[in-house]
Formats: sequence, C-alpha cells, structure tokens
Amino acid sequence: MIAPFSWLKEYVDIDVSAKELEEKLFGCGFEVEELKQLGKGVSNVVVGRVDSCEPVEGTHLFICQVDCGAYGSRQIVTGAPNVYAGMLTPAALDGATLPGGITIKAKPLHGIPSEGMLCSGEELGLNEDLFPGAETYGLLDLPKDAVPGEDIKPLTGLDEYIFDISVTANRPDCQSVFGIAREVAAVLNKPLKMPATDYHPSDFTYPGLKVTVEAPDLCPRYLAHGVRNITPGESPRWMKRRLALCGLRSISNVVDITNYVLLEIGQPMHAFDLDQLQNTEIIVRRAAEGETIQTLDEKEFKLTPDNLVICDGNRPVALAGIMGGLNSGITDNSRQLLFEAAKFARDSIRRTSRSLGQSSDSSARFEKGISEYTTELGMARALHLIEELGCGEVTASAFDESAGASREGKRFTARVSKINDILGIQVPTEEMIRILRSLQFDVTLEGEILDVTAPRYREDIEVGEPDLAEEIIREYGYDHVVPTFLAAAAVTGGGKTPDQLRQDKVKRAICAQGYSEVSTLAFYADEDLDTLRLPADAKERQVVRILNPITEKLSIMRPLLAPSLLKIVVENIKRGNAEGRIFELSNIYRPTEAGKLPEERLHLGLASFGPEEDFFAMKGSVEALGEAFGLHFEVERATDVSELHPGIAAWILCEGERIGVFGKLANEVTSSLKLHKDAKSHHNIFLGEIDYRKMMSHAAASFRYQPISVFPPVLRDLALTVKEEVTCGEMISEIRRACKQITDVELFDIYRGEQIGEGQKSMAFKLRFECEDHALQPEEVDKFVKKILGNLKYKLGADIR
Amino acid sequence: MEQKIKALRQQMEERLSQVDNRDKLSAFWQDFLGKKGSIADLMKGLGGVSKEDRPALGKVINEFKTQVEARYKEQSERMEQLELAARNRQEAVDITLPAKKRETGTLHPITIVKNEIINVFLGMGFEVFEGPEIEDDDHNFTRLNVAKDHPARDMQDTFYISDDILLRTHTSPGQIRVMDREKPPIKVLVPGRVFRSDSDATHSPMFHQMEGLVVDKGITLCDLQGMLDKFVKQIFDENVHTRLRPSYFPFTEPSVEVDVSCFECGGKGCGLCKHTGWIEVLGGGVVHQKVLRNCGIDPEVYSGFALGIGIERITMLKYGINNMGLLFENDLRFLKQFRD
Repeated sequence: MIAPFSWLKEYVDIDVSAKELEEKLFGCGFEVEELKQLGKGVSNVVVGRVDSCEPVEGTHLFICQVDCGAYGSRQIVTGAPNVYAGMLTPAALDGATLPGGITIKAKPLHGIPSEGMLCSGEELGLNEDLFPGAETYGLLDLPKDAVPGEDIKPLTGLDEYIFDISVTANRPDCQSVFGIAREVAAVLNKPLKMPATDYHPSDFTYPGLKVTVEAPDLCPRYLAHGVRNITPGESPRWMKRRLALCGLRSISNVVDITNYVLLEIGQPMHAFDLDQLQNTEIIVRRAAEGETIQTLDEKEFKLTPDNLVICDGNRPVALAGIMGGLNSGITDNSRQLLFEAAKFARDSIRRTSRSLGQSSDSSARFEKGISEYTTELGMARALHLIEELGCGEVTASAFDESAGASREGKRFTARVSKINDILGIQVPTEEMIRILRSLQFDVTLEGEILDVTAPRYREDIEVGEPDLAEEIIREYGYDHVVPTFLAAAAVTGGGKTPDQLRQDKVKRAICAQGYSEVSTLAFYADEDLDTLRLPADAKERQVVRILNPITEKLSIMRPLLAPSLLKIVVENIKRGNAEGRIFELSNIYRPTEAGKLPEERLHLGLASFGPEEDFFAMKGSVEALGEAFGLHFEVERATDVSELHPGIAAWILCEGERIGVFGKLANEVTSSLKLHKDAKSHHNIFLGEIDYRKMMSHAAASFRYQPISVFPPVLRDLALTVKEEVTCGEMISEIRRACKQITDVELFDIYRGEQIGEGQKSMAFKLRFECEDHALQPEEVDKFVKKILGNLKYKLGADIR
Repeated sequence: MEQKIKALRQQMEERLSQVDNRDKLSAFWQDFLGKKGSIADLMKGLGGVSKEDRPALGKVINEFKTQVEARYKEQSERMEQLELAARNRQEAVDITLPAKKRETGTLHPITIVKNEIINVFLGMGFEVFEGPEIEDDDHNFTRLNVAKDHPARDMQDTFYISDDILLRTHTSPGQIRVMDREKPPIKVLVPGRVFRSDSDATHSPMFHQMEGLVVDKGITLCDLQGMLDKFVKQIFDENVHTRLRPSYFPFTEPSVEVDVSCFECGGKGCGLCKHTGWIEVLGGGVVHQKVLRNCGIDPEVYSGFALGIGIERITMLKYGINNMGLLFENDLRFLKQFRD
C-alpha cells in the first residue's frame, strides 16, 4: 500500500519524522517495506539564478554566470535553449548526484570550464504532475520567489517521503491512504480528521433511471449516483500531485476523481457514460452462458454464469468489480455519468479474475474485501470532489441497493480480566480503553466488562476478547510481554513414538553403509515413469494427480521413489561426481476411493553409482540394514522389474514376504539417460526400493539376547562340485537345513576349470558348528558333515571334491 | 693361568668389538662359552693345577666366565635392539598415503536441523505427530478458521487433487488432528513437508515446516515468548533473544511474527540481518478460540499457543546457505559437508 507522507498529514497532525513513523507503524503491525524519498539520488542541487548567459559561437551552448547564493557565483555551461538571464533554475554543483546514479563533476565543456550543470525537471526525476513545467523542453523554470542557494528538494517537493506498507490479509480496511491514516492517528494518539464528504444534490432526477441487483449474494451493496453537466478538464495541482506520488498519471478531472477515491478511501469507483447506456436501467446479474464483453483495455471475454456483470438492460457494460466495458466508459465527450460504488463478494471477484485472467487495482481491492462503510464513504467523497472541483452537477438520482447487512458496527462485551489472561500481562484498564478509542472503537466500562462497538470497517473483528487483546497489545507494545515458561501448564512426558525412533534408526543404519540422504520433490511427471519403462498396465501407473500443477513436469504424486533418485544420480554424474550413494525415506502415494484421502506409504529408496559399485555392495548394505533390526533377508531373482537388469536384480524377502527390490539399472534405461558417453560406460547405477512398513512388520517389538555357547566352535571346510545352475543360496540353505548345530556358513571360493568339467563348478564353504550344552567331538561333527553331504547330494546333486 | 686369562680377556674384548651380526655373535659364544670354547678349555686346564691352588683359580675362571656371559648378553641385547630398529625402519610407511576408510553417509541438512529442533522441544515434554501430506479442505482450511472466501486462502496457493482434497499448504492441519485425538494438556510438534504452488528463486513448491502446539489451562502470549526464547538460544546462540511483532494468521489471535536478534552481529546490524539487527524466524500466536471450539476444546477453560517454523529458513540461517535451491539439488559435494 502506497501512502505519501504529506497526504497522511492531511488527516493527522504528524509530529514525528518519516523514519520515526516507520518504526511506530512496524510496532503496531504495519511493516513498511520501503520508505522512499521522492528525490532519492538527488543531492547537492540548489536554486541558481542565471545572472548572464552568453551564447558560444558555432555551438548551441551558453556560458552562464549563475548565482548560487551561499555557494557563490559559478560559471556553468548549458545547452538548454530556454535559458535566459534572470532565470531561476536547479543548479547541480560539483559532486552533485542525480537519479539513476549520475554524478556531476566540474569539467570543461567544449574546452570551456563549467562548474556544474543546470537541470531540467526530468533530470531531477520530476514529471508534469509532480511539478508543473517539469516536462518543458530545457531547464526547469523555477518560481520567481525561489532563493538562490536554497536546496532544490523542498522547493520542488522532492523531499516527499513515500511509504510502501505491507498490509496483512485481515486488514483490507487499510488498503487506502485514509485507512493507513486511521492507524497513524491511533499509534501517535492523535485525533483523526475526516476527509470532506458533504455534497449538495440539485433537484434534478433522471426520469426512469433504475437500478436492480438480481444477484445480491454476489453484490451485497450497490450505490449509484447520477452526475450531469460535466465540464471535462484538468484536475487541480494538489490532486495531480497526489496521484503522481502514487504512480498514477492524471487523465481528466472525472477519471482522476475515481482514481483518487480508490487511493484515498480504498473504494473502487466506476463511472458510466449515461449517454452510452442503451437503456436507463442498470442491472447487476450473473452473465448468461456465452455472453461477451469487451473491457476498457479492448480485451474481449466470453462469460459464464459464474461471472457477475453490470448491464444496461440490453448488454453487459462492466465486468463487475474488475473493469468497465469499452462501450460505456467516460470519454472527453461525456456530459453526464452514473457513479458506481459497490461491494462485490470477494470470492466471486477472485474466481472471475482468475478464470478470465483479468485483474485491476479495483479487483485486487475487492478480492481482499471492501466494507459497506467504505462503499458509502467512497461515493460521498466522489460526489464531494465533483463539487469541490466544480466539474459537474450532483443530481438527486441516487440509488442504494442493499442485501440487508447491518449498518451498525459489531457490538459485544469483553472481560478486562480475560483480555489480560490471553496476554499474560496486566494492561491498565484505562490504557485499554484509550487504545480502543484511538482505534475508533466505541467503548464503555461497567465493572470489569467492556461494552464495545467496533468501527464498521473492521470486519476482521470476529470473536471479541482475543480480537481486543490483539488490538490492545499491538498498540500497547509487544515489548511489554514478559517471557514466562509455561508457569501454569501441566508437566507432560513427551518423546518420540517407537515408530518415529525406528525411522531415525533406519536413516542411521543406511548412513552407516555410506548412503547420504537426499530430499526430493514429492511430485514428478508420467514421463518419469516412462523412463523406468514401467508398463502401461503396471499398478504404479495409477497415480494421484494434481489438478493445478505448476508444470506438467510436476503433475503426479510419485508412486515410486526410484525416478526421483535416478534423476539425482544423473544430475550428480553430469556435475562430475564420479561416485556416490544416496537414499531417501519418504512417502509414495496411491489413489484410494474417490473422496477419500489417498494412501501414503513410507518407502526407503536407495541408489548407488560409480565404478566401484556392484550388485553385491548394495546387497551388503541391504542385509546390514536388515541386521540393524534383527531381520534376515533372503533374495529371489527379479526378472520382471522394468527398470532393473533382469539378470542382476533381486526381490528382498523377509520371512517369505517380498518387502522390496534392488538391482542394477536395466541397460535399456541406462542407455536412455542423457549422459555423456564416457560417463555411461563407467557409471554403474544401482537402485533399490523397500516398503518401510512391510519391512518393519517383521521386526520384533522387543529384543532378548541369545545365550552364548561356552563350548568352543568347530570349523570345517567343504569343497563341493555342483552343476552351474545350482546357486550359492540353495547350497547354504540346504547345508543349514541338514544340521541345526550349524551357526554359520560362509562361501570362500568358487572354482571353475578343467578338473571340474564343463557345466560344473566347485564351491568351498566354511562351516561353523556350535552346541550349547557340550563340547562337540570330532566324531559328532563327522556325523553332521555326512548328513549334510547326503542332503546336498540328494537335493542338489552335489559331490564332495 | 692368570696370564692366559688376561690374554683371553683382551681377546674377548677385541672379538666383541668386531661383532656386528648374529653369526659373529654366535661364533663368539662358541669360541668362548661353547663346550669346546676357551672357558671350557680353561676349566679342563684346572686338572693340571695343584689342589691348593685349584679353588682360587677356579674362582677366577668362574668370575671370568660370568664376565664373558654378561658381556655376551649385553652384546646380544644390543644386537636385538639394532635388528629391531632396522626392522622398524624397513616396515615404516608413508603415513600420508590415502586412508582406507569406510565413508559413512550424511543426513540431509533439513533432517539435521529438523532433529535439532525436535530435540529442543522433546526436552520440554513435547510429542511428535506426523499427519498426512495429502489433506482435506476441512483440516487444511475450514477448521483452522479459513473459510471458503477467506482472504487467507489467497496467501496460500494450493495444489488440488480434487475439489476437496489438496496437498497440505502448512503443517497446521496437524493441530486439528492432534486436538481431535487428544485433550489437554497438549504439547506437540508436527514436522512435515508442505506444498504451495509457487516456485522461484526463493520458493520451492515443496518445503518443510514444523508446527508447535501447546494447549493447557492458563497458557498466555508470555509463555509463547518464553518458550521461543529457549528455542532460539538452543538453536542459534545462547546470547540471542526474541522480539514479537504483530502479524496475521487466521488460526491464531493475537498473531505474531517472531524475530531473533541477529546472531551474526549481535544486533548491531550486518548483511545477514539486512542492517536491522533482527532476523525473522517464525510465526505464531495464541490459538484462535474458533479453532479450539472446532476441536471440542472449551476456550473458557483452556488456551494455547501455536507456532510454525520454516525449516529451510532455519537451515539456511544456521549454515549460511544463501540459495534455497541447493537444498533440493542434492549435489553430493553439498550434502557430504553436513555432519550431525
């Protein structure tokens, strides 16, 4: 919200500096995003009187002797054609600065010494609205009463301060200079001067002119007022300047009045050219399906019944609250008009503005909320200004359509003690009352009960005591809050749940395997599933979709972590990170029944890449993770996981249940990645994904230690010859199955060669036998080995070598 | 005989001085102390000595033998030391060669900071609750006092799954879910990922928040600041303190923005605090009475405060990260720097 300092001063006797006011506003909840001096960047520029000016032959230059008052007489060369002896004009002295980072130095021009520069209005950052004559070609001709040597800034209004104030969403009443002034009055504890709103309508009434609101739900209040005998012309200087300070250019008196009221009161105004209306009736209604309107900026829109329009009986003449129609706007030829000041429903304006992609200063204010008080004040102010500027006759044709909202401020009672309880401090009651009154609340005190009526524009006041507590503390000062540490609260146990602790442990366990945690977005695109070659009928293709994604690339809630991790791997490789291990413990999403929240499942995703990585490295990490939770994982060859190599991938089984999968990235996927060729060849990529809940469903809730055998273990080595197809896993499980005294089986060698024969291999295992209750004797172990060998021969055709 | 011993002693010293390896040492032993060595010879020679002289002479020979043995031992030990030194020299390694280490992974800085924050509050008796990331309108907005046409909905650009189901825009729906399940005293943290449909240099469409909620009898705004003071001291620096200033959230009233005195410059003003001496760290306020009522908690009996912390913001402040994008790029050179 833009508020010029001088404009605020019209309503409040401000006796502090702009900087001090900035701090006061900050303290009461209005952060000044920028406090800018209009003449920011202008320094060392003073009034100079041109005592003489001699043209330089053969050039367009003049040598001027300039009286700069206390700065003495300076010789300044200028090329401005409008210079004349006796002219008072801005003189930028040696070392002066001008907007845009320009520094003026005394230096010869065409070999003629020049001790500065004489300036135009534009060079000082002025325009015609800010200072008349500023846009004249050549030097700025200052008024004759300007005193040489005087600082140029106060004289030209460049010393003006402009506040850019951030207004929170609950305070739409502060979206105007006057709205801010109300807060300034309160925070400075000064009286508030109201803008003049008196006007004197003539006897004239437009016969047959009628206003009907057919959609009171979208337009709870609609004021209209006829004005005739308009004399188009320029606005007065003060109005032009204020508009300019807020960044608006002056157009003509009537248009300026609507803009002025918007800035001053916060009420969007619209003016219809009465001669352009095809009927003497104004109807506020929902648009018909397919109805069109061309707005003032010459854009055409096709409308739906969701959009509110103002019609003249035949056709839409304004897109309510957003922009007027091109067919009925004010022009230089307009002689009679109908002012509109209305309150439109926030939601309706927002939806229409979004759906049509059309917005304006008016729609921005309607979306935030306008009170009916503002609507009334805005209309009265506009009519007053018509009279003040003498640019029209306010007629007696006035319309006020209302959905019947109360015209009283919200009234309620509040306990002084409860307000203090909320804050935790004791604010003196008389201070409470003073603050509330300074904020235009009506307050009376009965015992400890405050009887309060809120100002009508404070629609944010909802429940009573907490609202007042907030109003009081922001004015009384948050520095009065004394930190306490839950003095009255009960002691609570707190702590993480067992599952939260387990999740922390999963992260620690996988970090210990060299995996670093990543944080990736929860959404990606269908094409990321295509990258994994996921079949169209895969269950992961049924995804939770975002209706309004920022981009199609972030449009589905991820059903798998793998694509996210793969992207990170590829990005790291591209950045020259030759190897790495990453993980993420994060949700994946699956659709459920319509209307129900989708399912969120925690997955642990793993990825590793680099020349040293292989399947067994990831297998080791996965096993170690299981061991951290007392789980023993088995593997089962996974040949049909689309993104994984059919020969180098495995399901992870825990007590027979598939809890996850891991393996090498399928060659087809690797070759589709946009990686540099060299990188592709030596970057082994491995992916894994584990369903966290499934895994944890196998973890025991509590842990008891296993007794350690006091008897020494017996170790035996066995070398066995089997067919090539027999796997190590089968061998180990058959060895274990045959003898319960085996506590460990470890493969330590595989040999293939002539001695063994084609299609055969020799596997050497180290077996560890242990017994809880006695020391194992060699003969006993011999018996075990015999049994193991028999079982291996029978089940797998293995022979001792 | 005495002459002979004298000569032998001289001979022994001479030989010993020449001993510079094990072989020479054992040859020395053989020659002097061995079965056929000089001392054995001397012993044998005792046979030809008169009976009365024999004890005295025997004693002299024995003394000599003890002397030789001592010298041998001495020499042997010296030899061992030399050999050990030589071996040590030979075995010595270049200790600056690269280490063989099993590199451990690192937690993401967001997780590290999240855990740090949680730990501070766990010590104050807080629990941790994690609600769904995909929420319904009711929990994310309506019951938090953000009605359909509420201006606060403009503050939050929401991703929708259906008319009624959306990606949570903040962790505040966790407040509702907790208060539906538990009755006061409540002290809970709700960490989690939240989603908003804006994305630029300073915004990510997904980021992390931590909600804190305390509901009990007699909770005041002063308690909020007291707790935040403790929090910022533990997270940033023992010397920092907080400042409250008015703000607006639909689900708290009064609402406050919380600044921490700049831990970089101590409040004097520097680049980090944009020369204000203060850094905005979080928002909070007294739980709105409507929110309590929406969860069946009587605001006449109970009151509470809530706070919402942006974890990215704290992480960036703590580690001096000036570009939020780094947190989501997941470049291992970045990630590997963070140790908790």
